[in-house]
Amino acid sequence: MDDREGTMKCSDAVRRLWDYLDKTVSPEESERIEQHLSFCRRCCGELEFAKELRAFLAKRAVEEIPPDVKERFEGFVGELER
Amino acid sequence: MSTIARTAGCNKVVAFVVHLVAGTSMSKTTVRDRTKESFQALATSELSALYSLARRLLSDGAEDLVQEALLRAYRAYDTLQDEAAAPRWLKSILVNVFRDQLRKRARSVDETPVAEIEDFSLYRTLIDQDPFPYSDTLHHDFLQAFSPEDVREVLMRLPDIYRVPLALRYIDGFPTKEIATLLSLPLGTVLAQLHRGRKRFESEMWSYAKQTGLLLEEGDTDG
Repeated sequence: MDDREGTMKCSDAVRRLWDYLDKTVSPEESERIEQHLSFCRRCCGELEFAKELRAFLAKRAVEEIPPDVKERFEGFVGELER
Repeated sequence: MSTIARTAGCNKVVAFVVHLVAGTSMSKTTVRDRTKESFQALATSELSALYSLARRLLSDGAEDLVQEALLRAYRAYDTLQDEAAAPRWLKSILVNVFRDQLRKRARSVDETPVAEIEDFSLYRTLIDQDPFPYSDTLHHDFLQAFSPEDVREVLMRLPDIYRVPLALRYIDGFPTKEIATLLSLPLGTVLAQLHRGRKRFESEMWSYAKQTGLLLEEGDTDG
């Protein structure tokens, strides 16, 4: 149920924020989310944090390959035969 | 029109022969000899990315997964059409190998009741609990407390059905539709797993931070 005419509740908006950022919501729903964000400061905070968390994941979750592991892989690739 | 003909027999290393008819040009796709050396160059340049992806998919056995993927990729190297797509092609093969292994294992699906995580908000929890009372950038500081190893530990707490789509989408950048194809799942299922996976990840970040002392500020350990 909407809290204002034509908009959505905070819980519904927050639930769809990542999908909104992924552009997997319909244009109509995207418009309703943006309408909600235009007056809801808390959900704007949720949106900004979602953006930061996505960027954090893309960067911080990438591990370096240990040199000894890399060396083993290179040896493996060098020995590949069909 | 150009014609690309493959040599017969899988044992041949060089598989592509390009015949160009005078007066025509090649397509945008770069075609070069599928030699062992060119595969080695490609694989070596992508080892880091493949290993990192394998470590996100599996808690143990990342090396074996990468080696199996490399072997399968080498055997299918002739089928690679677009050099520019090679890094994504290698990752897709690795995910396919992982998916095959997953099917062989008895999958224990740890389904947390949806209601428990559906309403969890890390953003709101941080405001309510205020773990760094002197911080003006609370949410940013919370994230910065996590090292790459911490992030992996949190990811490993998630069941496969949540961790795998989450990692493929938000760390490796696969489009949602491609994830559905790779995992042989309906798009709606992937979207639902992504939604629950995000909530579960946020919830586990908070639990992990509390359990491992990441929320302690400097001086807190002095007693």
